[in-house]
Amino acid sequence: MSIVEWIKHPWPWYVAGPLIGLTVPALLIIGNKSFGISSSLRHFCAACIPANIPFFKYDWKKEIWNLFFVLGITLGAVIAANLLADPEPVKINAKLAADLAGYSITDYSGMVPHQLFNWQNLLTIKGLLMMVLGGFMVGFGTRYAGGCTSGHSIMGLSALQWPSLVATCCFMIGGFIMSNLILPLILSL
Amino acid sequence: MQTPETNTDFEVRSLDAMCVNESQLTHKWYHNIKYMIVGLAFGIVFVKAEIISWFRIQEMFRLQSFHMYGVIGSAVVTGIISVWLIKKFSIKTIYGETIILHPRSFNKGQIYGGLLFGLGWAITGACPGPLYAQIGSGAYVIVITLLSAVAGTWVYGYVREKLPH
Repeated sequence: MSIVEWIKHPWPWYVAGPLIGLTVPALLIIGNKSFGISSSLRHFCAACIPANIPFFKYDWKKEIWNLFFVLGITLGAVIAANLLADPEPVKINAKLAADLAGYSITDYSGMVPHQLFNWQNLLTIKGLLMMVLGGFMVGFGTRYAGGCTSGHSIMGLSALQWPSLVATCCFMIGGFIMSNLILPLILSL
Repeated sequence: MQTPETNTDFEVRSLDAMCVNESQLTHKWYHNIKYMIVGLAFGIVFVKAEIISWFRIQEMFRLQSFHMYGVIGSAVVTGIISVWLIKKFSIKTIYGETIILHPRSFNKGQIYGGLLFGLGWAITGACPGPLYAQIGSGAYVIVITLLSAVAGTWVYGYVREKLPH
């Protein structure tokens, strides 16, 4: 198998995980930056709509590296999805496939299910809950928790911070509740 | 002298921002390109390992796949070893500055906010990083989810004083 072919296949966890972990020392060494992504949302607020709220009154320009970082993530995804794409559809667990088929979700071609996340669905209750309320909870929750999966679960745990372990456990509990108990109700709307 | 009450910069760094910027140096804007390049590599890994896939997130929370646990677990182990090496050998930044790591203090927000974020993570299949990557991978409607996340952050800032911490 050629290298190009290998790169186009989905990467296994033992390749992806260490690469993600290396982001921590990379950012520290190139500029003393602690890895974190959800802060970028706060910098957008501080830059565009501070509205005299103390929480957004700080010199966001000092944190502009974070906005370059998320711009890079976006561009990286453009490259991976267009130039390094796997021609095969995403393989998913048979039980999940059977479950989703019950809600008529059968298209696994994208990173998000097109049958749920699309512009037409934005005007339905299901779409509003999933795209708008879901995003709101991500933004509100990460800031309330003081970080997201990258800031707490990767950076915080790497620096052996126990509050980050508490936060990570709560992320997982919330996810388990949503995925197993609430999401089935939303999908049947 | 500034006290923690009047020094909002201290507050930004100690309580809230996970992206603490400890560098005292000022650089021309193009120095930021290096962060874009790290982000670029990160974004490619996100897509190629399907970490931004809604389906993989559902498999994780339904215990139907080991993939995401392997990714997060091995990332944390790599991070722990890296931070340990940086401390052990007092590795400096490329500009010669000492690397500073900040202790995290506990507050109840990590529980309430953490649970709320977990709920949102499982609905959207994305944490903040993957939101950007999902848009880049061609799911343009996720721009709405990202704007909604910015709105959520703004509302948090607005009601922050009234929330238990």
